[in-house]
Amino acid sequence: MNKRILSFTLNGEPVEVEIEPHLTLLQVLRDKLELTGTKEGCGMGECGACTVLLDGKTVNSCIFPAMEVDRKSVTTIEGLTDAQGNLHPIQKAFVEYGAIQCGFCTPGMVLSAKAILDENPKPTEEEIRSGIAGNLCRCTGYLQIVQAIKAASGQQ
Amino acid sequence: MKKFDYFKPKTLEEALALFAKYGEKAKLIAGGTDVIVMIKQKTISPDVLISLQGIPGLNEIKCNGSLTIGPMVTHRAIEKSEAIRKHFSALTDAADFLGSIQIRNVATIGGNICTAAPSADTATPLLVLGTQVRIKSLKEERTIPIEEFFKGPGKTVLKASEMVKELLIPKLLPNTGSAYYKLQRRLALDLPILGVSVLISLDKNKVACSDMLCTASPISSILHKMEEDQIVCKEVRIALGVAAPTPLRAVKAEALLRGKKLSDELLEEVAATASKEAQPRDSIRGEAWYRRDMIKVLVKRMAMKSIERVIQPEETIFPERLW
Repeated sequence: MNKRILSFTLNGEPVEVEIEPHLTLLQVLRDKLELTGTKEGCGMGECGACTVLLDGKTVNSCIFPAMEVDRKSVTTIEGLTDAQGNLHPIQKAFVEYGAIQCGFCTPGMVLSAKAILDENPKPTEEEIRSGIAGNLCRCTGYLQIVQAIKAASGQQ
Repeated sequence: MKKFDYFKPKTLEEALALFAKYGEKAKLIAGGTDVIVMIKQKTISPDVLISLQGIPGLNEIKCNGSLTIGPMVTHRAIEKSEAIRKHFSALTDAADFLGSIQIRNVATIGGNICTAAPSADTATPLLVLGTQVRIKSLKEERTIPIEEFFKGPGKTVLKASEMVKELLIPKLLPNTGSAYYKLQRRLALDLPILGVSVLISLDKNKVACSDMLCTASPISSILHKMEEDQIVCKEVRIALGVAAPTPLRAVKAEALLRGKKLSDELLEEVAATASKEAQPRDSIRGEAWYRRDMIKVLVKRMAMKSIERVIQPEETIFPERLW
């Protein structure tokens, strides 16, 4: 199969990568670009562990064709820290509220939280819960995650 | 995962020419939330995917009385469209209930109907809204009612090298409301045990008991009031999902109600008839007898929700407040 050159913006930086056309965005991120912050859970678009932002909107990268990110902008969990390496306020809130146990859902959960807050800076608890409905967490029972997102929106 | 080549044509003609060239070996891909999963699960194994993402004009919603929806419109865009929420509410319900935000951001309405799952969320709303499907191949273009579109689980009327180009919903009668309910075990990311859509047009918008519709009054007393007011149901359409191999119109039930005065007894009879028209099966998600029983309950509830929306089109569905 002919390889293709993919160029897109990744965490604010332009990247170019040669890929086989059947790869998913998740495979390109983890295997080609070695950004292993994005996790593969179910691999079928149900658990949300692979969530990244594509032009600011959440997508499941495990079922998203890499070919479709050409000339678009992708944000992964690695892109949330600032230039000095400080954690994003949402990440800080997750740490502070104990919203992390095993941590496997966390990168996706944080990015879904960012998408919620970018669109709606003061979400209600209901809006937070429906906003993270596509991210499964088997440890926390979601309570601390909801609290952390609320806190990150300055409501607690 | 199986290797495949991936084309991103820039025009419809280019896409259809590629589709005609590769034939059976090719599959069109919209959002890919079904196609990529099916490739991963090895239920399909195309050599070539032809993406429709790069073609301009396929992701537009146009509403001026009637509604046209491009096949590449995402469920998220439908969910957010105020015009659809106000006039074609059942479709908003379906978009709202489908998958997660991650899926809705990507999955398209064209993809949803072309996958043709008996459980497709948008299928029954499109049925009650009287949708026409515009189909295009390189050589010809044809338009068919959506009733003729579904042929079986995963099967549609689409021939080789044909695609859905547009969905057309004609202008609805005044005083029309519609609603879709997805019966599922959890509130997000589930496949339905049953999907029920109803559309109702009334002969007047002054439903005297409008205040009661927004309260927890028992359904029988609300309908009793309507009976006193002699409110006539001018048009009604009922569609059932996961109730047969394809999404289904309950035409006998509709005929009972069309042109008649609303009453509690009549709605009971309509719901019971719809339940008899269905051919549900036992599956891992629910047994046939349960589905039949729930069709009776949900057809009546969605009829009530549709009547409520004649007055308040933006009322959302609260599963806990459905009488």
